[in-house]
Amino acid sequence: MIHIVKKDVPKTRDRMIIRISAIIAALLVASIVVVFAGANPLQLYFGILQGCFGSLHRFAATMEKMVPLLVLSLGVMVAFKMKFWNIGAEGQFLMGAVGATLVVRLLPNLPLPVMLLGMMVVAFAFGAVWLMIPAFFKARFGTNETLFTLMLNYIALTLVTALQYDFWKDPAASGMPKIANLPNNALLPAVSGFNLSIFLTIIIVVAMFFFMNKSKKGFEIAVLGESENTARYIGINITRTIMIAALISGGLCGLVGMFQISGVSGALSIEITGGLGFTAIIVAWLSGLKVPFVVSNSFFFAILLQGASYIQTAFQIPSSVAEMIQAIILFFILGSEFLLQYRFVRDKKESEVA
Amino acid sequence: MEFVYFLCAAVKAGTCLLYATLGEIISEKVGHLNLGVEGMMQMGAVIGFIAGFTLGNPLAAVLCAALAGAAGALIYAVLTVSFKANQTVTGLTLSIFGVGFAAFFGRDFVGKKVPEAITTFFQPVRLPGLGNIPYLGDIFFNQSVYVYFSYLLVIAVYVYLYKTKWGLNTRMIGENPVAADASGIPVDRYKYLNILLCGALCGLGGAFLSLVYISVYPVDVVGGHGWIAVCLVIFAMWNPGKAMLGAYFFGALDIASFWLQKYSLPVSIYLFTALPYLATVFVLIFTSMRKNGNKKEPAWLGNNYFKEDR
Repeated sequence: MIHIVKKDVPKTRDRMIIRISAIIAALLVASIVVVFAGANPLQLYFGILQGCFGSLHRFAATMEKMVPLLVLSLGVMVAFKMKFWNIGAEGQFLMGAVGATLVVRLLPNLPLPVMLLGMMVVAFAFGAVWLMIPAFFKARFGTNETLFTLMLNYIALTLVTALQYDFWKDPAASGMPKIANLPNNALLPAVSGFNLSIFLTIIIVVAMFFFMNKSKKGFEIAVLGESENTARYIGINITRTIMIAALISGGLCGLVGMFQISGVSGALSIEITGGLGFTAIIVAWLSGLKVPFVVSNSFFFAILLQGASYIQTAFQIPSSVAEMIQAIILFFILGSEFLLQYRFVRDKKESEVA
Repeated sequence: MEFVYFLCAAVKAGTCLLYATLGEIISEKVGHLNLGVEGMMQMGAVIGFIAGFTLGNPLAAVLCAALAGAAGALIYAVLTVSFKANQTVTGLTLSIFGVGFAAFFGRDFVGKKVPEAITTFFQPVRLPGLGNIPYLGDIFFNQSVYVYFSYLLVIAVYVYLYKTKWGLNTRMIGENPVAADASGIPVDRYKYLNILLCGALCGLGGAFLSLVYISVYPVDVVGGHGWIAVCLVIFAMWNPGKAMLGAYFFGALDIASFWLQKYSLPVSIYLFTALPYLATVFVLIFTSMRKNGNKKEPAWLGNNYFKEDR
């Protein structure tokens, strides 16, 4: 008989080998789909890399895809560390964008630096509140946060739909249901395609690294995630810790809403998230909730996303193919996690009998 | 009379939700929160339509849809049951996969009509006797065979979960797999079976949309109904009977914005779409506030079971 037992903490080298073999296996399986779509897999995979690094402009586009994903993943990570399943990043993202747009609508004539700062603060607050609602009920009554945050995604989405089609519909758009573009004093400044949010993201990454690994609150969040009883025993205020983690988690996701409308899309719409809130959950989980791996995995997924939009135009391959390739890679990585955490052991007694 | 038409349409709109919700109840009862409902419905919808379009046989189409949904569920089952992967993440990935799958394989069929043979097979039939009951007959018993089958399914799922030994074992695994395993129940086999059943039902729900509900295949046939089904499970508190009522209620809300267009209401009709989600949030809060320990949520929901951890 073969038994399965838990491994000790896997070595980084083993982790890399297993991950890379999983990705290679996934690409082999995905090749079947690619052939179905009528393309040469090798050419296509090379095309993805070309679409990401082929020129400075394309590299800027890759970074533009990485920024929202990275910040969302960091946000989600904080909550996950506490075993608080925030799958509402999508909704917090949207609410942050709503908050930022609100600032522009109420005070349209602010000078650029004040305007940007105001948008960021309000976006952070809106995202934070959107997560602190379920966090409050979780702390108070133990309400299931996975399902609560999932619902809030769709409530945020309907709110934005109502804003786009009714309340904030741009009368100048000749009947098109869209919200007016942001004025120039509300757009993030950019240098050759790289906008300010990239630099802000670097600061966020460093700050989050210190918060999670060096600060007292970061430690308390990690302890609470390991065991609520331990946390209570050493005198951590559970409700307070949950609320602070939710503030940071939701706030970061909300901030992405501001980055996205002010740096990329130029206006609030129902399409700004592009499902990134869900991708971020997967990125955060696969990173083992460690900041450096969140950065590297976000980069990897940004390559997939940018590559997908490039091959769509360059190879006439529908974006659905890229979605499937992405999902197949994820399936393989999820499966390979098993090899990282468990190992097979031959049962001695049985083998002696045999 | 118009209100009767509205309710009749609500039952029809709720049927795809009912199939998926019954499936998800079965899966959650065994402790597996499968957020891939949307993906499995997408797979069922597209495969059901393709099979129906090429074969022209309604039963073959429905069977293919169920198998497609179950195939999606099989990926989830292998990863979460055998490989102990995280359920939330695996479910979300399955949804991404299913949406891509349906968009890819369905792109050549966009704008194609459902074949004659299938539309006639699934057109509304007034049941003799029951169909003549005033109001109720018009609402519930003047529907497609596909809808009638869902009525039977509600009873079947109820009997399965609460009146059979298999259902008892299933619920026990969802509540406490350690005890279930200790008492000799083959935990993994039950999990696989229930998750696959869930997938088949989600596939049927998706195919209801692509074969019965619409007449021309659109770009995105499921369009987020899978997520409504996930909340419906909580709204119904894991009870098949309440799932039926909930499905029609959510179905009514789903079509409400369309029906209310002609009345000039003081609120935006788009906000009506949020009602199913808001209602679910309230149910979530109220069930968790109840202090008597009678929480309907399976105790091990979302957690994998690893034998050697005992």
